[in-house]
Amino acid sequence: MTDSALSLRGLTKDFGPFRAVDDVTLDIRRGSITGLIGPNGAGKTTLFNMVAGSLKPSSGTVSLGDVDITGRPPETLFSLGLARTFQIPRPFRRMSVVENLMLAPPAQIGETVPGALFRRRNVARQEHALRDKAQGILDFVTLSHLADQPAGMISGGQMKLLELGRALMGDPSVILLDEPAAGVNPTLTNILIERIRELNEGGVTFVVIEHDMDFVMRHCDPVIAMAAGRVMFQGTSEEARTNPELLDAYLGTAA
Amino acid sequence: MIGLVSYLTFFLTMAGIMAIITLGLNLHWGYTGLFNGGVVAFFGAGAYGTMILGGPSQPDQFGGFELPYLVALGGGVVIAGALAWVVGLLTLRLRHDYLAISTFGIAVALEAVARNAQWLTGGARGLRGFPRPFEDQIDNNFLFGVVFLLIVLTVLGLIWLSIERLVNSPFGRALRAIREDEVAARALGKNPVRLRLWSLVIGAAIMGAGGGLYVSYTAFVSPQDLLPILTFQIWAMLIVGGAGNNRGAVLGAVLIWGVWTLSGFALTRLAPASMQIDAGSIQYILIGTLIVCMLIWRPEGLLPEKIKKSQPMTARKAASNSTRE
Repeated sequence: MTDSALSLRGLTKDFGPFRAVDDVTLDIRRGSITGLIGPNGAGKTTLFNMVAGSLKPSSGTVSLGDVDITGRPPETLFSLGLARTFQIPRPFRRMSVVENLMLAPPAQIGETVPGALFRRRNVARQEHALRDKAQGILDFVTLSHLADQPAGMISGGQMKLLELGRALMGDPSVILLDEPAAGVNPTLTNILIERIRELNEGGVTFVVIEHDMDFVMRHCDPVIAMAAGRVMFQGTSEEARTNPELLDAYLGTAA
Repeated sequence: MIGLVSYLTFFLTMAGIMAIITLGLNLHWGYTGLFNGGVVAFFGAGAYGTMILGGPSQPDQFGGFELPYLVALGGGVVIAGALAWVVGLLTLRLRHDYLAISTFGIAVALEAVARNAQWLTGGARGLRGFPRPFEDQIDNNFLFGVVFLLIVLTVLGLIWLSIERLVNSPFGRALRAIREDEVAARALGKNPVRLRLWSLVIGAAIMGAGGGLYVSYTAFVSPQDLLPILTFQIWAMLIVGGAGNNRGAVLGAVLIWGVWTLSGFALTRLAPASMQIDAGSIQYILIGTLIVCMLIWRPEGLLPEKIKKSQPMTARKAASNSTRE
């Protein structure tokens, strides 16, 4: 077992003549909350999408622990312990909050047609266990009072918590969070941070794209900065705060 | 009096067959979000399949195997499902409107095949003379109608129970997740192509059952039965009744078949002789208008989809948890 939760080697993505991600080599330390920052268009989400399987890299490799996952479709990664949330939340709107969670776990007996039709007792038992697990996770992400609400009716911040809860249903070892704090009120952001910290202490590795510098500086270590498709900085949040190049390229433009 | 009851039996038999097909479309559109614009293709595959397998042998004609009724009907169902499987492999990477256009095209192509493949389908004249179930035993037309209605209702009931079981299972939950947001469902490990293919095949097989029942009732099938109007009628039934709700699908089927039948009556009675020839077109306009009005004013249908509630016990637990916080 390597001590990298994720290893990216020479990862590159071209969209026609435009190189969105350019030869990125990174090791995400197991057990870290790694912050990924950079101006819009730096290639952060493209990088995420390649790791999560929604985009095929033009070249380079991605490994999850020791497993090469380069170019694997996203649906095969969740059961390997890699989960993600989205920049703009994607709840299943006309399904209840608890159903959103119960959907997630892999290898459900009742998910195949023969299982659903003919193995009802096993399915019922499994559903019962899933419901209990979902209920526990809803408590954890403070959404249990909304369990029966359609997921499309809850607030944007609650949707972010719901996405975290959905991810947790798969007992992931690595979670990719795309701008978890964007557009979320401070109370919910604090709950989210608290939960991320708690999970992290339990051994879950996080990679977080975030524009909220306060969030990144306080909670992420290490910090990785991208610009124009390349990694331009890697280090502790302390180093990031004092790196002149980074201040100039990113924080400087923000000020 | 017996005339009216007899007509009612005929009406309910046809409405029951329509309800079966609408349940199939509900699995496609209501639960999976598959925009099937070629309902009639799967209905037709079931109809011709049943006729060829169970019908009488005729000179210069492939088929007419005279298989037992249930085998022929089952064969029609399998043929419709197999067609859907092939169609699915070709089209399931397409979304929404593109899927609708390609399935519509497949249905039109199938009608052309039925019209021209003389050796298989009897061409424009169609195939006739299906040995209807129990027809030998029952020499009373009215009684036969009642028995056939019972057959249709039994099949409808079986299909209803199976579909309800499917859509309320984790399989149905995964279908709805694909319908709501494919990207998110994939990120949670669900394989949309596998799920869509299952849904397409099962829904199409159900439409095929409708087709098989139809030919075994009329003992006749021709390319006239493969016209796109059936697709639109079934869509109207689902939209009016309520997509994502099986009760709605059945209710819509009965209502729309009623509207269709009554408007047909009204037009033959009321329309001036010079317009009689266009009466059919007026019915088409009626169905189209109904779909549009429904989509504007009540897109969720008469009986909308229900969000599934968790069991009462869990709800209570949830309530007590939230007060604790």
